Amino acid sequence: MNSITRYFKSLLLIELGQGLWVTLKYFFRPKFTINYPEEKTPKSNRFRGLHALRRYPNGEERCIACKLCEAVCPALAITIDSTQREDGTRRTTRYEIDLFKCIYCGFCEESCPVDSIVETDVLEYHFEKWGEHIMTKDKLLAIGDRYEESIAENRRQDAAYR
Amino acid sequence: MPETFLDQLIYMFFLVLKIVAIVVPLILTVAYYTYMERKVIGYMQIRRGPNRIGPLGLAQPFADVFKLLLKEIVLPENANKFLFLLAPILSLAPAFAAWAVIPFDDWAILANIDAGVLYILAMSSLGVYGLIIAGWASNSKYAFLGALRSTAQMVSYELAMGFALVGVLILAGSMNLSEIVMAQKGGVFDWFWLPLLPLFGIYVISGLAETNRAPFDVAEGESEIVAGFHVEYAGSGFALFFLAEYANMILISALTALFFTGGWLSPFEGVPFLGDTILAEGSIFWFLAKTVVFMFIFLWVRATFPRYRYDQIMRLGWKVFIPITIVWVMVAAVISVFGLIVRGS
Amino acid sequence: MPIYEIVFYLFSLVMLTGAVMVITVRNPVYAALSLVLTFFSAAAIWMLLEAEFLAIVLVVVYVGAVMVLFLFVVMMLDINVAPLKEGFIRYLPAGVLVALLMAAELLVVLWSKGRFEAGAYPIQAPNPEGFSNTKAVGEVLFNNYLLAFEVAGVILLVAIIAAVALTLRQRSGGHRQNPSLQVRVRPDERVRLVKMKPEPRQGS
Repeated sequence: MNSITRYFKSLLLIELGQGLWVTLKYFFRPKFTINYPEEKTPKSNRFRGLHALRRYPNGEERCIACKLCEAVCPALAITIDSTQREDGTRRTTRYEIDLFKCIYCGFCEESCPVDSIVETDVLEYHFEKWGEHIMTKDKLLAIGDRYEESIAENRRQDAAYR
Repeated sequence: MPETFLDQLIYMFFLVLKIVAIVVPLILTVAYYTYMERKVIGYMQIRRGPNRIGPLGLAQPFADVFKLLLKEIVLPENANKFLFLLAPILSLAPAFAAWAVIPFDDWAILANIDAGVLYILAMSSLGVYGLIIAGWASNSKYAFLGALRSTAQMVSYELAMGFALVGVLILAGSMNLSEIVMAQKGGVFDWFWLPLLPLFGIYVISGLAETNRAPFDVAEGESEIVAGFHVEYAGSGFALFFLAEYANMILISALTALFFTGGWLSPFEGVPFLGDTILAEGSIFWFLAKTVVFMFIFLWVRATFPRYRYDQIMRLGWKVFIPITIVWVMVAAVISVFGLIVRGS
Repeated sequence: MPIYEIVFYLFSLVMLTGAVMVITVRNPVYAALSLVLTFFSAAAIWMLLEAEFLAIVLVVVYVGAVMVLFLFVVMMLDINVAPLKEGFIRYLPAGVLVALLMAAELLVVLWSKGRFEAGAYPIQAPNPEGFSNTKAVGEVLFNNYLLAFEVAGVILLVAIIAAVALTLRQRSGGHRQNPSLQVRVRPDERVRLVKMKPEPRQGS
């Protein structure tokens, strides 16, 4: 008896009909897709995007060339050269991040004793020429200047958990 | 038939005009069918589908066409050049030629020939050559395997399809497509889908197999043989295969509408209230609407079912469909002989 | 009617060229495709005679099915032409003899009934409107030649069964799948759902 009902079930394509019904229902469901450039998904304040070098409010760069970030970087993406400035402080002469090597793990940010190297929540950037992917010190400082407000705000929100 | 040479030339000129009047909308339909496919499958997967180019993405098909046509034509080193270039044309030509006998309405038909059904079968069997020649001429393993698979599949399912049509022919008593439609006159329950329900289902499913569409698309099976018979084709050659495949899908949809759901006849015929209004008049719009419904079913099935395994496809065709169709052809003969349905009431 | 004549000569030319190519081309795939072309042109010429049923059936059966299978075989076999030509000269006299014999037979049949005389083939009047070629073929076939038709059907059936019987061999030791069994399988044959109480964690 059971096998007979099963036979007619397969003959009448009952299960296929059920499958079709499922897809038809989903056809009318509201869509998940975000229309990306116009709509954006909310970002966490811990989002790790483009790198930046920050400054103190008086305009002095934070980085003291301790090279902790260079040491901790698992992808060896950071290259630092340093020297002594006229006022006796140690500063970097070269601070470069190869964004093609970088894996955006955020270790550099965590290792930094002076909160100098940070990852901003900027994720929309691109390179048009070979070589542009190496972020020099000037570029990183410029990014830091540009996004200082949002960087500071994200750090403030997260401060309680650090 | 006109007599003088000039008359014949004028006649041929108008014939060409009529052909253009069928082929140009057909190509546009194919273009927007690809758009519809991406939208429908997208919607069923809770996505939006293409919506970037033009309002609602409506210019997407043209972007695709220009991309394909502007690409370089790549000739594989060891391919048989002549056949390689001939194959896309051979697969496209029958797909378009079959439209000659499709009646869009009472008056709108290019060639009202008596053996219309046979002509359609002939054209669809000619389409195999494009595939098999493409597979062989590419001189590539994947292409050849894909060609073998799809030819064997098409030849097998043509039988089931032909038998399904035999039932229609018995009930209609004619091989002329217009007469087949007129034999279904009299409302939804006089259409052939009801007395020939199993054949209707088999025709639709065989149509999927015949056009190598999901879930029978082992000919291109991306996961196993990359793209089947058209791996080696790029740009405009690929575009022609694409065009042929979609033109065939539309053709099968139109044929299903003609054979089983009364072509241009209105579903409101004989219904109270609506039966006297303009809605009950047969018109080309009913035909197009029915065709679009079947076109949608093609996409719906593709969005729902996973691909069949090849030996299961063959089993389904030979061991399930053909016996069922043969039995139901007998049933149709009984119906016809004992006059259980009234033809064209 | 010039256009009909143009069409006729065009298709005859294509057909004859195709027929010659079948036996002259070196590549067997080209030969098979030429044969397809020949069949197709023949169908077109029949169409000019208003024998649309026969023309289309020729396309469906020979072009659509038989030649596809031919092509299948020819494409998969790696036919080396050279050894096939080895005995050409030796068998030539026999071949010519057979060919001449067949030609003579044809001529005898054709001449004996006066088919080459002038006026043997009057130009047929065009068929009246509504004349169904298909129906005419059907009527002749099922009224006048019913027995012959049925016998032909039986012979074809015998041929099919014979072909299957001759080529069917059951090989042992192969890894075969039986799709029917696979399709018929029930969930409870493959999966056993077990209900059990949660157990205390081991070793702690």
